[in-house]
Amino acid sequence: MTPTIVLPVMIGGLYAAGVYLLLDRSLTRVLLGFLLLGNATNLLVLSAGGPSGLAPILGYSDPEAFNDPLPQALILTAIVITFGVAAFLLAIIHRSWRLARNEAVGTDEEDRRVAARRALDADELDPDELAPDDRAAGHADSLAEDLEELADDVDLPAGSGTR
Amino acid sequence: MIEVLAPLPVLLPLLGAAGALLVSGHPAFQRTLSTTVLSAVLAVSVVLLFVADAEGASSVSVGGWPVPLGIVLVVDRLSALMLVVASTVALGVLVFAVGQGAADGSEETPLSIFHPTFLVLVAGVGNAFLAGDLFNLYVGFEILLMASYVLLTLGGTAARIRGGITYIIVSLTSSLVFLAAIGLVYAATGTVNMAQLAVRLGELPEGTQVLLQSMLLIAFGIKAAVFPLSAWLPDSYPTAPAPVTAVFAGLLTKVGVYAIIRTQTLLFPGGALDDLLLWAALATMLVGILGAVAQSDLRRMLSFTLVSHIGYMVFGIALGTAAGLAGAVFYVAHHIAIQTTLFLVAGLVERQGGTTSIDKLGGLARRSPLLAVLFFVPAMNLAGIPPLSGFIGKLGLLQAGVAEGTAAALTLVAGGVATSLLTLLAVARVWTRAFWRSPNQSPAEETAAAAAADSVQRHRPSGDGAGSPDGAGSPDGTASPDGSARTALQDAWRRHTAVATATEPGLPPAAGAVRALRPLPRTMVGATAALVALTVALTGLAGPLYGLADRASVDLLERTPYVSSVFGVDEVP
Repeated sequence: MTPTIVLPVMIGGLYAAGVYLLLDRSLTRVLLGFLLLGNATNLLVLSAGGPSGLAPILGYSDPEAFNDPLPQALILTAIVITFGVAAFLLAIIHRSWRLARNEAVGTDEEDRRVAARRALDADELDPDELAPDDRAAGHADSLAEDLEELADDVDLPAGSGTR
Repeated sequence: MIEVLAPLPVLLPLLGAAGALLVSGHPAFQRTLSTTVLSAVLAVSVVLLFVADAEGASSVSVGGWPVPLGIVLVVDRLSALMLVVASTVALGVLVFAVGQGAADGSEETPLSIFHPTFLVLVAGVGNAFLAGDLFNLYVGFEILLMASYVLLTLGGTAARIRGGITYIIVSLTSSLVFLAAIGLVYAATGTVNMAQLAVRLGELPEGTQVLLQSMLLIAFGIKAAVFPLSAWLPDSYPTAPAPVTAVFAGLLTKVGVYAIIRTQTLLFPGGALDDLLLWAALATMLVGILGAVAQSDLRRMLSFTLVSHIGYMVFGIALGTAAGLAGAVFYVAHHIAIQTTLFLVAGLVERQGGTTSIDKLGGLARRSPLLAVLFFVPAMNLAGIPPLSGFIGKLGLLQAGVAEGTAAALTLVAGGVATSLLTLLAVARVWTRAFWRSPNQSPAEETAAAAAADSVQRHRPSGDGAGSPDGAGSPDGTASPDGSARTALQDAWRRHTAVATATEPGLPPAAGAVRALRPLPRTMVGATAALVALTVALTGLAGPLYGLADRASVDLLERTPYVSSVFGVDEVP
């Protein structure tokens, strides 16, 4: 049996391309990256079965020349799982497109908001740092935008800024 | 008897899922069916636990294939205990979801898809706990992950799709790492049967062992949310419906912890990566709890405490002693129950208060005392206040750490104490803001009238001049070069004073300003109360439970009970 260089090179190439695509923000590329990674892993499991041999069927070939059938059974299971997940990912991408006309991985806004705050609780904070929804009703954020620097010290009732 | 019972925790929910899909047109029948199936799973698991505790580990070859070739299910004390706790909380969450579904109609659960998917999830969890070979463990993970993808994105709103995508991609990555590790393990040893691996892996060169062990630990660490592989969890969990988040928080991460326990005790008992795990545990505890303290949303806070308390279990596992493992096993059982309960309570809070943001909530203790009790008891339990089970679990782990006595272990003990204290701070913040403060203090309850009442006192001195059109009494006292902006500001200020003087200062906000609370359906409260009672009962049952955890950890460290249950006492290859 001669060792083959083709499989390791293929596996490495697929892993590299897959990881590169997986790191993209576009979901279609993520899906393609996942498919490449899945195939790379399947090839890895295949190569774990040792060097190539004949079909493991009694009476067809000599038991000494058999290929190891177990990795192939494992790969078959893994392919089915990959297929199911890929279908689900496609559905998610479609849904994301329908909702936002966008198929990029979104940002967690609440996370950004918490990270940007300087104190723990809303009443220890400058209300300007809070999201508009969380501000007290009488806060000056209800003023029109071009007045914001003037309005800093004024507590205006809600709705008074709408001209 | 075990031959019949052991496959049932996987088979029953799968068949139940098929049945629930068939009868999806009849919601009432579907609910009865899935509740019955989960009750049966719970009963089977309890019997399995008693048998496993009395007779030790035993195994079943599915389909009658000879042992190293076919699929084996192994029931030992650890897996039976995990099954019992998992099926209990799954049943509780299902009843809660039934209550929610009955109250909301099919809004939250379109196409009646919730029940079948939930049952598939339980089947996957059961399969992962019972799996006797690595590949079956992988299949169990995939079953529960597929179900969790569907549950997390249920309804397909924008927020859930966003959170779901993060979760799905991270889970996929961990599955691929796991599968690649299985391939390498097979290449190195020629088997995926765990009992056989326990023998063969020890014969490998040390470098190969460390490579395989670290690949498995990375895969399981992502699922268990061990820092630095935990960032996905607080991003994706809070967006899902309350029952879904609850069951995820209780079960999914613990399946990862269970797999880590198996890897560290059965497959790689040498303790090669114990030091690394110790530091990972410390980082998980501290980073998680610091994140929790910073949150202003109840569900996000709970997600971060979930990450943080995974650190306790990893700490126990990394110690590698019988006492450490017993503490970890007890803590897993305690934490599954407590975290699920808290997320269900968060669901009730959201339902009653309309939000889970503690900046907006207020006065829940007076307006809904029952809800307050339901939150307070598990919250104190989570923080580890004596005599509750959280205290017992933490005490056991800390004692194991002190007994170990190394500098690293003592650092971990200090970190554990600090984490416990910060957990108390995090839940106390929620308690004082959402439950204790009067509703009028909450910013959301501040009405225009209340603001005006405030401002009329603050601004009265300058208020007289504000009426003059030349702006002499301009409130901030600075002359703006921009004339139009200045006029607009004056207009705004005039309206402001008009509102302020029109309202009598000191008048309390109108009665209508206090939002009416939505009533809570009895089934939801009942399910939550039952789980709260269970967490309290864990305290009462802590003696027997800790004894069981002790015996389980001795089994784990010995390894022979597991291996000989698969191969027979004399035939260990």
